[in-house]
Amino acid sequence: MISDLFSTTVLIGILASGIRLATPYLYAAIGETFSQRSGVLNLGVEGQMLLGSFAAFYVTLITGNMWLGLLAAILVGAAMGLAMSFVTVNLHAKQGISGIGFYLFGLGMSDLLFQKLVGTVETVRGFPRLSIPVLSGIPGVGDIFFNQNFLVYGAYLLVPVAWFVLNKTTLGLKIRSVGENPDAADSLGVSVNRIRYFTIILGGIFSGIAGASLSIALLNVFQQNMTSGLGFIAVALVYFGGWRPLGVLGGALLFSMVNSLQLWVQVLGIPIPSELAVMMPYILTIIVLVAVASKIRAPSALTKPFEREG
Amino acid sequence: MKKVFQSEWMSRSVDALLPVFATLAALLVGAIMLLFLGVNPVEAYSALWDGAFGSTNSIAETLVKATPLLLVALGICIAFRGNVINIGGEGQMVVGALLATWIGLTFTNAPGWVIIVLALSSGFLGGAVWGGIPGVLKAYFNVNEILSTVMMNAIAIQLMNFMLRGPMIDPAQADLASKIPQTARLLDIFQLPRLAPTRLHLGALIAVVLAVLVYILLWRTTLGYRIRAVGQNPHASRYAGINVPRHMVMALLFAGAFAGLAGAIQVYGVNYRMITDGSASGFTGSAGFNGIVAALFGQLHPLWSIPASILFGALLVGANKMQRMVQVPSALIIALNGLVVVFVVSSEIWRRYRQHRRLVAVRDEESPPPPDQAEVQKEAQQ
Repeated sequence: MISDLFSTTVLIGILASGIRLATPYLYAAIGETFSQRSGVLNLGVEGQMLLGSFAAFYVTLITGNMWLGLLAAILVGAAMGLAMSFVTVNLHAKQGISGIGFYLFGLGMSDLLFQKLVGTVETVRGFPRLSIPVLSGIPGVGDIFFNQNFLVYGAYLLVPVAWFVLNKTTLGLKIRSVGENPDAADSLGVSVNRIRYFTIILGGIFSGIAGASLSIALLNVFQQNMTSGLGFIAVALVYFGGWRPLGVLGGALLFSMVNSLQLWVQVLGIPIPSELAVMMPYILTIIVLVAVASKIRAPSALTKPFEREG
Repeated sequence: MKKVFQSEWMSRSVDALLPVFATLAALLVGAIMLLFLGVNPVEAYSALWDGAFGSTNSIAETLVKATPLLLVALGICIAFRGNVINIGGEGQMVVGALLATWIGLTFTNAPGWVIIVLALSSGFLGGAVWGGIPGVLKAYFNVNEILSTVMMNAIAIQLMNFMLRGPMIDPAQADLASKIPQTARLLDIFQLPRLAPTRLHLGALIAVVLAVLVYILLWRTTLGYRIRAVGQNPHASRYAGINVPRHMVMALLFAGAFAGLAGAIQVYGVNYRMITDGSASGFTGSAGFNGIVAALFGQLHPLWSIPASILFGALLVGANKMQRMVQVPSALIIALNGLVVVFVVSSEIWRRYRQHRRLVAVRDEESPPPPDQAEVQKEAQQ
């Protein structure tokens, strides 16, 4: 019943799984933040996640080693990023549409490979729970934050690192200048194309890890269209967060907490239609997009291919 | 002078063939993937061909599959020509279908044709609303339409699941433990008539007629002219007195409306009820995405979208046969569709390059006529 929701154990459970479920959003959206700050909208995140997820699952299943699985996801994500870079940077293809192409490719390919190479539902031994000494013993807080697995900690560590790289390093300055004014950056000797290749491939790698976090850390299975729109939400989270890692973190937590609440509502058998609960974060995102659009400016060169004048 | 025209004709035909090359390239990549999977590509592709065109029934199935693709593609032609990107076809189909199904299940005493007309128009309207919301958000609130249409898809899926598991569930299913999310079946008199002793239904004909109408809309009416002008150059359009935001909304309204109609026709022509597996594609068969592929393949031209939709309908139908005959999952076709999209948008660069060369050639031949500013303004003010 509804009152069950407010017992301490349930609240801790909701918060702990909320923290955990934010993981794939964080990896994918932080990666996307890098490519968008350099002026490239990568809509293929969902496809990269699906292929990364399958690669991680399959390699872990075969070798029994989740680290090799993670490596496979990274390589697959990087390869997809490389292809995306070539198409958008060199061939100047429309970014939104080519992204949909990469999405469909990842969707079909991961399903095809799964059916051909695995076929049945199998579980793998993924990343185990890694309790942080001392901190995990703190009542409540310990269970929420410090009893998670390696990939969860990694996702949260990524946020300050991404903030630091984007705002406090030369590389970050180059990325931002390429996204704001590629002509000026080019005239100062920054290679626009090289920076964009770098950020798109980086985005692909993080999308791959995001996929892996589903198949070898959170759920330990793979199934057809397992991400079910998660990658698209990650793209929206970048806008939601105003192209800043901290804002992205806020958006990711919002989505994951509502999801977690909704799962627990179902587990406890509370008679609220879960569909309406699942709908809420999307409606909220649209509202936030309206609010953000008038206040925060997107990178000026976003979706615009770069061509040297002359 | 003659030589310029000749090479122009040549270069334009190469442009028209680019999507064909893109598809051939995708099929070639598919063949390589098949080899890796240990399947003879010739066998696989001939099973695919046979499944799509091998018999009267399979041809009819191909056309049945092509119908929603064409309808979605028509909307995409309008939207993309207006330079707004509609990724929301799935959600728009779902909402259009929900509304149309509700009509048919509620007014059971009305004559068949009244309900069919009412249901298809409400599908059209429902989709228009679902597409119009992102349109308004883009035009007046500067919200990226790619993101908002994706969000609207997710909302529509949940709305569908809620309705089909709750208020609209088939009374027969409501009593069962399985509770398959589906509505009751439409009365026989509400079903779209069939065109031949196959599953081919009137919806296919409606789609073709609409393709001609969309062609007329885009190239023979002021509204279409303005939508295209806004898509080509919003700034110039504004100076020419065109209300740019309003035409952006119109472009998305149409895109949504055609997808909504596709959803309604899917219910009244094929399934006779609304049914899902909990995902959008469980109802739409991903037509909301594949329609984009078909429209791009048809170079965003409503009439060329007809053969393009038939081609992709054929691939989808043939894929099932391929799965049965040579055990290649039909997911291969989804992957190949993705490659077709990537190849088509990538090949645009050559078209732009040749367009540029044509312009240079004409300019070298004679001094260029000044841009038709007067005509632009005259047409815009009509």
